[in-house]
Order: sequence, then structure tokens, then C-alpha cells
Amino acid sequence: MTHLSTEVKPGSGDTAAARRRRINLSFDKVSFMVVFLGIPVVIYLVFVISPFIQAVYYSLTNWTGFSAKMDFIGLNNYVKLFQDDIFMKSMGNSIVLGIFLPIITIVLSLVLASLVTVGGSSRGQIKGLRGSSFYRVISFFPYVIPAIVVGIIWAAVYDPSSGLLNGLLTGVGLEQFKDFAWLGNESTAMIASMFVIVWGFVGFYMVLFIAGIKGIPAEIFEAARIDGAGRLRTAVSITIPLIRDNIQTAYIYMGILALDAFVYMSALNSGGGPNNSTLVMSQQLFSTAFTKGQFGLACAMGVVLAVITLIFAGIVFLVNKLSGGAKDVSL
Amino acid sequence: MSTKIASTSKSVSDASLIIPRKAKDTPGDKAVAGVSHALLSIWALIVILPLLWTVLSSFKTTSEIFASPFGLPAEWSFKNYVTAWTSAGIGSYFINTVIIVGLALFIVMALGSMTAYVLARFVFPGSKAIYTLMLAGLTFPIFLAIVPLFFILKNTGLLNTRPGLIIVYVAFALPFTVFFLFSFFKSLPHEISEAASIDGAGEWRTFFQVMLPMAKPGLASVAIFNFLGLWNQYLIPVALNTKEDQKVLSQGIGAFAGQMGYAVDFGALFAASVITVVPVLIIYIIFQRQLQGSVSAGTMK
Repeated sequence: MTHLSTEVKPGSGDTAAARRRRINLSFDKVSFMVVFLGIPVVIYLVFVISPFIQAVYYSLTNWTGFSAKMDFIGLNNYVKLFQDDIFMKSMGNSIVLGIFLPIITIVLSLVLASLVTVGGSSRGQIKGLRGSSFYRVISFFPYVIPAIVVGIIWAAVYDPSSGLLNGLLTGVGLEQFKDFAWLGNESTAMIASMFVIVWGFVGFYMVLFIAGIKGIPAEIFEAARIDGAGRLRTAVSITIPLIRDNIQTAYIYMGILALDAFVYMSALNSGGGPNNSTLVMSQQLFSTAFTKGQFGLACAMGVVLAVITLIFAGIVFLVNKLSGGAKDVSL
Repeated sequence: MSTKIASTSKSVSDASLIIPRKAKDTPGDKAVAGVSHALLSIWALIVILPLLWTVLSSFKTTSEIFASPFGLPAEWSFKNYVTAWTSAGIGSYFINTVIIVGLALFIVMALGSMTAYVLARFVFPGSKAIYTLMLAGLTFPIFLAIVPLFFILKNTGLLNTRPGLIIVYVAFALPFTVFFLFSFFKSLPHEISEAASIDGAGEWRTFFQVMLPMAKPGLASVAIFNFLGLWNQYLIPVALNTKEDQKVLSQGIGAFAGQMGYAVDFGALFAASVITVVPVLIIYIIFQRQLQGSVSAGTMK
């Protein structure tokens, strides 16, 4: 997922060799192109692109899927959605996740990555903290655990009576947390759920940022040090500006993930939590489609989700550009 | 630009070779290092405690789990694992997952490397359009596609079948695979494929005997990420593969946890969680360096 940044535009490298090959169309070459490009592209068009397009069309109908009856009802589904209190609540929750999850995850992983990279000696060669690979290996691990298992484990950790968290808290004398239902309380359910997702991804972004920081030439840090910059100053004025493209990529991916959040939220609170406080759009879409069979309406929800995702990515790009990114970053 | 930096850094390291200095840590350094270690250890604990606790609980009976979150099991037996594997169906889910993920992984690697190769090394009309379409597939949420996808599979008779699930896995893993390998094939030198064609190798042979072996490091990284992505996939099987005897591990354990409210067997649930995590743990331990390396490689551009 992070490799997107390495992309090269096609056709940019049309060397003489590539152009020469275009001329003679032998059987070898034609069969090669058909098999190599034809099969994957057809699969991709049928199973990925066409559903996206169909969804937009279905969202304008009152289709229930199993009957042939499908009336074109224009934007009625959208009007219905925006008057539906539960959907609006789930949309609000998704947007809250989309705003806060990337910020929390990225700040925390940046702090940890900085500790690993600049926590070492301030004299001589720039080197990282001793023994830091241990932390990296441990922190990265949750990223590879299936999301559903992450949800199940944390649902058990948050369990009011037999969970690990309340066991620890009452163990250190905080008796008020005895039988406290973290996921069953409207005031804590959302925060507790968000923490689970943060837990799963901080290690991944930490590794990403450590790599970014290590890619900065050591001379820059040395120059800053000679000029008298302390560790905090170095982190804020040098490290962060120089890895801002990494941060942008991380922000977009974390945001897309947060706007989905389906697996985590349904594992932690399958019914949407107390007073729907953890209900997200993806859960609402899934139950509308596969429990209630209102496929047209569900597709409209999908379109709303896609539009929010695109707006989110647009805002991140815009903010990065307006704040002077991409100009002074090129190394 | 990058070569310039490389040469200056070389001269700097040369200079430090000439005047070897052993830098002593100042007290401030020690304090910072201490605080860093403390904070990083706290996070490592937060990561590792729930996992160790899950493993511990997987050996306890349900009544022991309810008695105390920290108590040790009276006897260390694999009873929960046997229950999870057999009566909870985790065993058959496991085998289903191995088959489905294995086949999907093989197919997507084959098709993805072929597409990436053609897009990266041939100039033809429409190549840019295909590339843009792939980008769209990475950006749009899968939730937008899920309803029409359900009916595409239903109408083609692929709904609730293994081939249906495999082909959807392949289709949705394709864009990432193509992107990663696209830049990889682009960076391979043209001289070698030219030499192969002068020596009389056709396009097929050039790809399979010359280019593909050269792309091995890239293929390995993508394969690991695809394996994790497919093994952990939840939404696609839950929506498109609802037949009990074909369920995959992630959806099976999800369903098992979902009915916990009625038939409480927490010990078996913990054991099932451990069984689900063990394969990715093994992959992680073996390929840990490579995984973190390819996360880094993506940022180096």
C-alpha cells in the first residue's frame, strides 16, 4: 500500500528499444499481449470496475434485488438517506473516525519513530537508539494480525468483569473500574474502539516513518546540531518537513481505513454500540443490503461513502500543497 | 541530486575515518535514551500484553476465565484447541482458507506480474487508460462495489463457490500487485531483454526465463503483502461466501464470536484466535526483515 509513492507514469520511458518492438506483430507477440494483458484486464473490468459503475446506477433505483422490478427514482434514495437519523449518526461517526484516527495514529507513530531514531547519542555519528529493533519488531506485529481477531481480542480485553483492562485497573487499586463496561458506555465506547484501531496500525506507520527519517542525509542533522538545534527543534523543524510526503501518504491510507472500519466496529460492538455511538456507515450499508435487502438504498450509501473518501483525499492533498509541501521536500 | 548527496556523504565518512573519535555519551544523552527506552517499552507492553493474555486464556476453562483475568489454568491442556478445531469448525475453515488463499495468491501473482510487465515495458495505445483504471480501483472503497458484485456472482453462478471467491480475491488484489511490480519492471535494464531477443528468445521466453527471475525480490515482497491481505480479508467472504462448509477462517471466527452471547465458550474462542494468528506469526517471523524492508523501500523514492 505504501508503495504507491514509487509509481512511474506509463509511457514515460519510451526508449528506442520499446518503440522498435511496436513494429513487427508476430504471432508470438500478439498471443503474448492477449494473454498477458487481456485476461487480467477483463477480470479487473468485470469484477472491480463494472461493480463500481453499476453501484452508481443502482443508487438511483428502488431495486430490492430479488425481483425484476426496478424503478428509476432519481435522487430519492439520497433524500431518504439524509433524512434518516440513524444513517446521519453513522455518517457522523465515520467522519469522526476519519478526522481523529489518522491524527492520533500518525502523531503517536511519529513520536515513537523519533524516539527510535534520535534517542541515541548527540555526539559523533548520528545513530539510532540502542536495541531499537526490538521495539520495531514488537510494534509492527499487530499489523499482520487479522482485523477480526484484533477486534475479538480487544472485545475480551474490554470485558467488564473478566477482561484484562479492568483486571489491571482494579489490581492497582482503581476500584471504580470494577465491572466498568468500556464498550457498553456511550461516553467511552467510541474512544475505546478507536484505540483498538490505533493499536493495530501504529507499528506499521512507525516503521514507515523510521525508514523515512533514515532516508534523510545525516549531514542535514549534523548541520542542524552544529547550528545549535536541540532534539525537539530538530524533530519539528527538520524531520517532519522532510518526511511530509510520507506523512501525506500515511494520512490518506489511514483515513480510507478509518472511513471503512467495518471489521473492527462489528467485532467490538456488532449492533452499533450503546445508542448507536459506534455505528459506522459501512455497517449500516452492510445490514441495509444483506439483512434488509434494500439494494438500491445500500448502493446510495456506498456512493456517499465513496464521495466522502474522495473529498477526504482531496483535502489532504490540498492542505499539503497549500502549506508548501512538495516544493521544498525534494531531496 | 541523489548522486551529489551520495558523494558528499562518502567524503564525510572518509573524513571520519581519518580522525577516529570515540564520542562519549553526555548525561543529557543518557537521560534522553532512558526516557526513550521507557516510552518505547510502555508501548511494547501495550502491544504484547493483550496477546500474551490471549494465549494464557486459551488454556483456561470458561469458569477459570470468569473467575480471574490473571489466574493460571489448573491444568495446561490443549482441550480448548481441540474443541475449537473440531466442534467450532475452525479446522475446516483453516483448510478452506489455505486452499482459497493459496490459489488466489498464485493467480494474482501470475496475472499481476504479466500485466505490470506489459504496462511497464511496451508502448501501446490505451496503456495509460489501463493504468488509471487500476489507480481508481485502489482509491474507491470496496463497499461501493459490494452489492453489484454480489449480483454479478449470483448471475454467473459463482456466488457461494470457491472459484467465485478466488476470482474476486484476484481482481481486488490486482491493482496493488500491478502498481508495485510496475515500478519494479520499469527499473530493470532494457539491455538484457534486448540481448535475449537478439539471441532469438520470443516475448514469452524473455518474460519467463529472463525478466521474471530478475524480478524475484519484488515478487517476494508483493507476495507477502498479498498473503497477509488475503488471509485477513473479512468483508468479501462474509458478503459473497456464506455457505457453512466453505467459510474461511476470518469469517468463521467472526461467526463463532458472534454467537458467543448464546453459547459461551470463551476458552475455545481464545484458542481459535491463537490458531488464526499462528500462520501469520510464522510468516512474520520468517519474513520480518523483508516486510519492514519493503515498507521502507516504498518511502525511499
